[in-house]
Amino acid sequence: MSIDKQDVQKIAHLARLALTEADAEQYQQSLSSVLSLVEQMQSVNTDGIEPLSNPLEMTQRLRDDVVTEDNRRDDFLVNAPQTEAGLFLVPKVID
Amino acid sequence: MNWEVVIGLEIHTQLSTKSKLFSGAAVGFGAEPNTQTTLVDLGMPGALPVFNKEALRMAVMFGHAINAEIGMTSVFARKNYFYPDLPKGYQTSQMDHPIVGKGYLDVTLDDGTTSRVGITRAHLEEDAGKSLHEDFHGMTGIDLNRSSTPLLEIVSEPDIRSAKEAVAYVKMIHSIVTYLGICDGNMAEGSMRCDINLSLRPKGQKEYGTRTEIKNVNSFRFIEKAIYTEIERQSDILEDGGKIVQETRLYDPEKNETRSMRSKEDANDYRYFPCPDLLPIELTEAYVEEIRQTLPELPSQKAARFQSEYKLSEYDAHVLSSSRAMADYFETANKQVKDAKLTANWVMGELSKTLNQEQLEIAQSTVSAEAFGELLIRIKDNTINGKTAKDVFQAMWLGEGSADQIIDAKGLKQVTDTGAIESMIQTILDANQAQVEQYRAADEDKQKKMIGFFVGQVMKASQGKANPGIVNPILAKMLKG
Repeated sequence: MSIDKQDVQKIAHLARLALTEADAEQYQQSLSSVLSLVEQMQSVNTDGIEPLSNPLEMTQRLRDDVVTEDNRRDDFLVNAPQTEAGLFLVPKVID
Repeated sequence: MNWEVVIGLEIHTQLSTKSKLFSGAAVGFGAEPNTQTTLVDLGMPGALPVFNKEALRMAVMFGHAINAEIGMTSVFARKNYFYPDLPKGYQTSQMDHPIVGKGYLDVTLDDGTTSRVGITRAHLEEDAGKSLHEDFHGMTGIDLNRSSTPLLEIVSEPDIRSAKEAVAYVKMIHSIVTYLGICDGNMAEGSMRCDINLSLRPKGQKEYGTRTEIKNVNSFRFIEKAIYTEIERQSDILEDGGKIVQETRLYDPEKNETRSMRSKEDANDYRYFPCPDLLPIELTEAYVEEIRQTLPELPSQKAARFQSEYKLSEYDAHVLSSSRAMADYFETANKQVKDAKLTANWVMGELSKTLNQEQLEIAQSTVSAEAFGELLIRIKDNTINGKTAKDVFQAMWLGEGSADQIIDAKGLKQVTDTGAIESMIQTILDANQAQVEQYRAADEDKQKKMIGFFVGQVMKASQGKANPGIVNPILAKMLKG
């Protein structure tokens, strides 16, 4: 199984990565070889085996429903390039 | 052509936990921007989510209420997309193993018919933040308070066939989640939002038509109107031989139309995968059963009990049990009145009317259920008649005192002394000789209509305080002469 350059560009776009033509070509090859490996693995019979969602054989720990965090807005906003009225400012987005 | 409407609904209900789904930040509407966030909610590198136990309990409780299979192993997945109010670049949701599996609801429509709506699943997920598009020097403001607020997304089967049925279903979900106390049900503040999937097909056809999805409709009325306008839009296109484009649309209540949302073709390519930061949640039978034991009486069970215990009509029982607050109000008031029909009529009548006028919820009523019951007792024991009671109620609403205080202060006590009523009637008959002659000359059918004039005169003379039950027979007798 292999993917074409268009697939690579689409995946890159979904991940918001800008790829040059040369990059795309390289990724096309390396991703295709990953898929070949997957293809090889698909020949294993997995009837009756539940897909693994996590390799750790543990279950999720739960937290009590208690508010434990204070307002630290000032600390957080310091990291942002631009803020106003307690908001993070980003380039204009419209739905 | 005769089109059949096919509707499926996705309802996002905000779970009323104190803290967020994956962090210890407070959850709440209307706080100052970005004051309820943590490193986890901001998607800072290395910050790890820890799952809220209470959100799990609420989801399982909902599962029980819709007769659903509970997911004994459920898994969180990442739904990947980029938007500034989603700093992590993915929404933590559930895909293959939701916490609540297949269930159903029997929905009763206003005309009394019942239909079963299948529920495909309900899964836990976190909400995103909020983008404010007001002008900040041509930039967008981001408030992440809502980020990681717990949501339960309830997905129905495409079983719904009309706008009315859709609204009845949403109302029922609303009433269940508020009964369970897992959601405050405040649609205006976004605690419940609905996505509508809608398509048309020629009646009798088995395959579904192409559907559109109307996003984020947040009131019962808008859901109904959005469905009507979208049905009209789609049928116009199909009648003209056109094709429906599968897309996401937005309902604009001001123009009463749905509009296409500009969205890229690949917008729905979410590339779900199991979230490596969260381990699978394993439930035990004992835990699931323990929660089942805590289920309160649900709306449909309450409605059935109201019919059998209070002998109320199906309609009355349905209306009164639609909200837990209204049902409790009715039962508290009726505990004193002990006349369910009278109490039901007044809760659904005068009280509901006043609440609607003031746009208040029953919990905000200025007249308590106990005080309301005291008023109804005075109708029942004939101290006042129904008409006067409405005035007393309005005075109570304005805080002028208890029913008895107002009746005393305004001298509204009904005249039940037959002697006094007789002499009052005599004065009226004397003053209206001509009408009395006409009455006596008329046949029985006409008399029935004509007696209203005399009743009106008596009520006027007594300032509404004469008891109609006593006036009517005496009046009829005296008119006979």
